[in-house]
Amino acid sequence: MSTFSSPDTPEGQPVRPEDGTRRSFMKQAGGLLGLALAPPFVGPAERLAAYSKTVEGVTSLQLKINGTVRSIQAEPRVTLLDALREYLDLTGTKKGCDHGQCGACTVHVDGRRINSCLTLAVMQQGKEITTIEGLAQGDALHPMQEAFLKHDGFQCGYCTPGQIMSGVACVKEGHAGSDDQTREWMSGNLCRCGAYPNIVAAVREVAGKA
Amino acid sequence: MDTAEPTFFDTNPKAGVVGQPLNRVDGRDKVTGKAKYSAEFNQLPGLVHAVLKTSDVAKGRITGFDTSAAMKQPGVLAILTHQNLPKLAKTPNDAEGKKAIGAPMGFLPLTTDQIHYAGQPVAIVVADTLERAQYAAALLKVQVAAEKPIASYEDPQAKLFDPTKVQDGKAPAHVVRGNAQAAFAAAPVQLTHTYTHAINHHNPMEPGATTAHWEAPDRLTIYDATQGVTRTQKAVSTMLGLSAEQVRVVTKYLGGGFGCKGSSWPHTILTVQAAKAVGRPVKLSLTRPQMFTGMGHREDQTQTLKMGATRDGKLTALIHEKTSTTSPWDNYAESNSKIINMLYACENFEASYQLARANVMTSTFTRAPGEAPGSFALESSLDDLAYQLGIDPLEIRLRNYAEKDPGTGQAWSSKSLKECYARGAELFGWSKRNPKAGATRDGRLLVGWGMATASYPVHNSQGTARARLYADGHAVVQAGATDLGTGTYTVMTQVAADALFLPVDKVRFELGDTKLPTAPNSGGSVAAGTVSSSVYMAAQDVWQKLIKVAVLDKKSPLYRAKAADVEVKQGRLQLKNNPQKGEDFAAIMKRAEMADIEGNGQGRYGSGYEDAQAAANADPAKKDQAADHSMHSFGAHFCEVKVDPDLGTVRVTRWVSVHGAGRILNAKTARSQIIGGSIFGIGAALMEGTVRDQNYSRYTNASLADYHIPVNADIPEMTVEFIDEKDPHINAMGVKGIGEISMVGVSAAVANAVFHATGKRVRSLPITPDKVLATKPVQA
Ligand code: FES
Ligand code: FES
Repeated sequence: MSTFSSPDTPEGQPVRPEDGTRRSFMKQAGGLLGLALAPPFVGPAERLAAYSKTVEGVTSLQLKINGTVRSIQAEPRVTLLDALREYLDLTGTKKGCDHGQCGACTVHVDGRRINSCLTLAVMQQGKEITTIEGLAQGDALHPMQEAFLKHDGFQCGYCTPGQIMSGVACVKEGHAGSDDQTREWMSGNLCRCGAYPNIVAAVREVAGKA
Repeated sequence: MDTAEPTFFDTNPKAGVVGQPLNRVDGRDKVTGKAKYSAEFNQLPGLVHAVLKTSDVAKGRITGFDTSAAMKQPGVLAILTHQNLPKLAKTPNDAEGKKAIGAPMGFLPLTTDQIHYAGQPVAIVVADTLERAQYAAALLKVQVAAEKPIASYEDPQAKLFDPTKVQDGKAPAHVVRGNAQAAFAAAPVQLTHTYTHAINHHNPMEPGATTAHWEAPDRLTIYDATQGVTRTQKAVSTMLGLSAEQVRVVTKYLGGGFGCKGSSWPHTILTVQAAKAVGRPVKLSLTRPQMFTGMGHREDQTQTLKMGATRDGKLTALIHEKTSTTSPWDNYAESNSKIINMLYACENFEASYQLARANVMTSTFTRAPGEAPGSFALESSLDDLAYQLGIDPLEIRLRNYAEKDPGTGQAWSSKSLKECYARGAELFGWSKRNPKAGATRDGRLLVGWGMATASYPVHNSQGTARARLYADGHAVVQAGATDLGTGTYTVMTQVAADALFLPVDKVRFELGDTKLPTAPNSGGSVAAGTVSSSVYMAAQDVWQKLIKVAVLDKKSPLYRAKAADVEVKQGRLQLKNNPQKGEDFAAIMKRAEMADIEGNGQGRYGSGYEDAQAAANADPAKKDQAADHSMHSFGAHFCEVKVDPDLGTVRVTRWVSVHGAGRILNAKTARSQIIGGSIFGIGAALMEGTVRDQNYSRYTNASLADYHIPVNADIPEMTVEFIDEKDPHINAMGVKGIGEISMVGVSAAVANAVFHATGKRVRSLPITPDKVLATKPVQA
């Protein structure tokens, strides 16, 4: 099995960082980063041996998603996006680039929109994660979902979950005050089908009612 | 046209839901995240992950692999290379194989040690998790004897050659009509301009993806991100030496395509082979960088257009030459000359192509292949001509209006271009345009108005559909079509509802499965026209079968009537000459104790609808012209830009598109399609370009951060309208496609607006700020 150093975490213990700052990331995934940052004169193996106890790569992670705590067995290098799509079968969140360049993977963490491909699942424990699957209340769609339907804010639908999650946050942030502002604050979400004017119409409608 | 066949015009003189701006029937699944795309079938038993390892060098030979580190990784199930992959029954590596497979590229990676292009897959790594597959692929070492590659037709090492056919054999490379050279030499006004185009990549938001599941040693299901399940089925089954029935392909949702998912690319068969090797279902998604070397592109190209005209702006000669890059194996070039040959009345025309082989993968159809770049050259030069002669750009287009197809001499099946011009000009306020370039300002910004014509042909095509009507008044209608996001699910539901006289919510339309009746690839704008008529014909078959039941049923008021004397109105079967006599379909079915009744239909689109025999017998390059009429959609785009004179930045600030494209099946989804295509074109006009390093023949900007596509802030409010157009010659529904015409002429409309704003003619796409600043204004 591959090993990852985890200086502060006893083997097997689920990790519960308080926040998603870089510091806690370093704590949880120190081995991974340590490898990359190790000075050339210290080989990775020496570095691991010198500084850390090692843990099995796969650990148990608890993620609170759409109000429910779910457990997965995954390595610390698993992104939140892959945890959702590949470990929890929450495939509504899409992967368009895996590099923070397209917004297809947008989810809410503690009410803020983030690109789930740019964060590790291990860093998001203990937080409220909301995905597109958690937006509707039973059969009642969220007003943003309704507005996307009404204004045809999509074609293929692949960027759509990300657009809707972004749209909801955009309104909440107070960044949908005008069409121009909406366009600017929705520009992190690419749509190759080119549904932009319809997306703006949908956000406008929801912002108008908010 | 077989006049015995029913048409929607006759059976449904007043459309019901057809044409209405219905919300998408699949919309709910898309806004809730329930819609499953090809990489999202996680329930398959024992599903594992595959990752492609690709070549960094563009030319060379693989001398060996060091798999030791990769193999030691936990969870790694297989590392497959050309050394250990079992041989396929057929590969596209020879002409016969390529044709049998229908491959877009005459070379399949992992069949030899040769490396022909950067990004070529050299190994496929399978592991139990995605992370482990990715990491193992990173650890896999490939030893390569690299050679100096050729990067493009501009490479000094490149050898230009003259192909006989382009667009993979689908278009002639030489077209001569009249005597263009002599006419150009004699023309009072002569323009010669050269246009260059950056490489464009489709970049649908959903990357190429395949999930392969061998359900038995000789039976396979593939969930594939493809624009045509039948095409993938044919490709994969042929390569494996299986019958088509042994390979099922499913595509329920497709995250865009724009042409790049129109063919079966190497990753699909490699995933299938990997699944065989590990004995478990395997899923593979291309990474975004791999999307730049995995599914084709629009080739880098230069076109020179010579335009001869009279002093009053009438075209007398058009001579078009195109030079572009192709792969080591194929003669692919978009056929730019098609639109130049047909768009305006001009008696003399000549076109030729030159290709150069380079170390690149084969380029492929990209939304409006040929029409998009071809119209950029034609519409830019025509704009020049207008300025040079002091004629309004719209007026010069009217002076050259083609009353019949100049290329073939055929009458148009329908053409509403004059109405498009007039309506577009009115919506845009064209008459208020200052004829002088560089003379309109908004503060410090320069304001420009430009326009261009759009057109796209109706490509001959056909397909089948099945309709099952239940006695309780609901129906299931099926065709193996795909919905790229264009609205196929929705518009076919509408057509079926009208044809079967049912409310939309009583109709379910199913698509995206080779188990369903065969539909054509969703490409070339044929899906709406072909599948809608297949669905319509399947419904007519239902009615014909039911009429037969009724006329044999002693208890039916229609007993002993001649089938030909019975018509169906609002679901009621009745005598044509005595409508009182008849009954509802449900009554007939109940008496006959029929739970349901099924009909099959074949829909034809384009020349094959007007003259099936002639189309069937025609040469592939001439099929579209085989019947009596020339068939095209037409339209016009009007664009306003604001240009920063100091920074050279261009922003599109207003947009109007008006199209005449036959019957519009859904006003809402059609508008979205036109908007989307225009935005695609604005991207090509202002920002899109993949840069191939000329030394290494490697892309330098293969990511969405570096390959810029339009974002929300780049796009203004847009106005779209359609002209009411009735075309009885193209299919039973009178529908033309709109997927590609939406982007034809767009880059020219933008460039023409930039010219009007600045007096600078930029003939190189994309029109980036550096080019705007470096270009000198044309002397007035
Ligand atoms: S997948 Fe996360 S930003 Fe593109
Ligand atoms: S709807 Fe297709 S990418 Fe946005």
